[in-house]
Amino acid sequence: MTPILQTAIELIVAAGLVGGGFFALVGSWGLIRLPRPMQRLHAPTKATTIGVGAALLASSIGSLPVTGTVSIQEWLITLFLLLTAPISALFLAKTLILRGEADPDLPDPGTGTPWATLGQERPDP
Amino acid sequence: MLKRLFPHPYLSLTLIVLWFMLVNQWKLGSLVMAVILATILPLVTSAWWPDRARVRHPLRLLGYTALVFWDIIVANFQVAYVILFIPRDKVQSRWLTVPLDLKSPEAVSLLAGTITMTPGTLSSDMSACGRALLVHALHAPDPDAVRDQIKSRYEARLKRIFE
Amino acid sequence: MILGYALTFMFACIGLAFALNIWRLFTAPTLTDRIVTLDTMTINAIALVVLYGIRAGTGLYLEAAVLLALTGFLGTVAYCKFLLRGSIIE
Repeated sequence: MTPILQTAIELIVAAGLVGGGFFALVGSWGLIRLPRPMQRLHAPTKATTIGVGAALLASSIGSLPVTGTVSIQEWLITLFLLLTAPISALFLAKTLILRGEADPDLPDPGTGTPWATLGQERPDP
Repeated sequence: MLKRLFPHPYLSLTLIVLWFMLVNQWKLGSLVMAVILATILPLVTSAWWPDRARVRHPLRLLGYTALVFWDIIVANFQVAYVILFIPRDKVQSRWLTVPLDLKSPEAVSLLAGTITMTPGTLSSDMSACGRALLVHALHAPDPDAVRDQIKSRYEARLKRIFE
Repeated sequence: MILGYALTFMFACIGLAFALNIWRLFTAPTLTDRIVTLDTMTINAIALVVLYGIRAGTGLYLEAAVLLALTGFLGTVAYCKFLLRGSIIE
């Protein structure tokens, strides 16, 4: 491994770490700053997830000079976080809607049926 | 026979790749374990996922994934800008209704996930009949433009891939 | 060299984020906000574990990060399910 390549890798890893730290901090700050409950959901699902994703990818590339291979276990965690963030956000949004803590001016679905969270229980098929 | 042994071939492939990512080593023993898991898990869970998902263009799915990854990065800069620089009382949050043309449940859940991860929108609920999505936009001075972007940029591509 | 500075910067950022989260946990107006905060704290904890792994130079910490990612997601979903349906396993 040439020194130039090593420096380049180090720079990429450092950039990933700085960007990740910035976005993680912005996500947590948005949680406090944004005034309404539905707006606060946006901050952790996006900013924090990409913050951790950047740190994980930095860790993955950073193992290249040490072990000689790119570690792929970090990709699993990143993938998992990217896949689960929408699901937990959907559950949190449904909780907010059901408990009436979201903004109440829900639009009409336009399909003749109510929104699933607010509609009456359907019998199990 | 082969169809009964592997009810969801894409799920089996994904499980093999996931197992290798978890083990983090390239060994023959890991491959054996991965194949065993990829056979057993879809068989056990097939009762909850009876219909086989049809993907018309698997290669286009890769292109779609690349597009979504790029949009996730752009989305984060937009959300960070809204959080840091727009005054609290000027953030215009809105509810949107997105009528769906997609039919297959896999495509709809993929679209909902995409909406959550991309610029300033969050899929919050679905109508009871499954033909419309409730979307919350963090900062949308023009809600119709956001809806048109969701329909043309993501839903049209998913429709071409899945149907 | 530059890597050390970047690591220290991100440690500081995550630490500050944790402080903000704990502040939020105490002052949150609603129950759902506390769940959101706990979810964010789990993700920040994953970042912290990974950072320790980079500083220590081993991949061992990643196993803990995988477990945290799994249980954190399940915890969030279980809390929400409890608030939505009144029970977790039906």
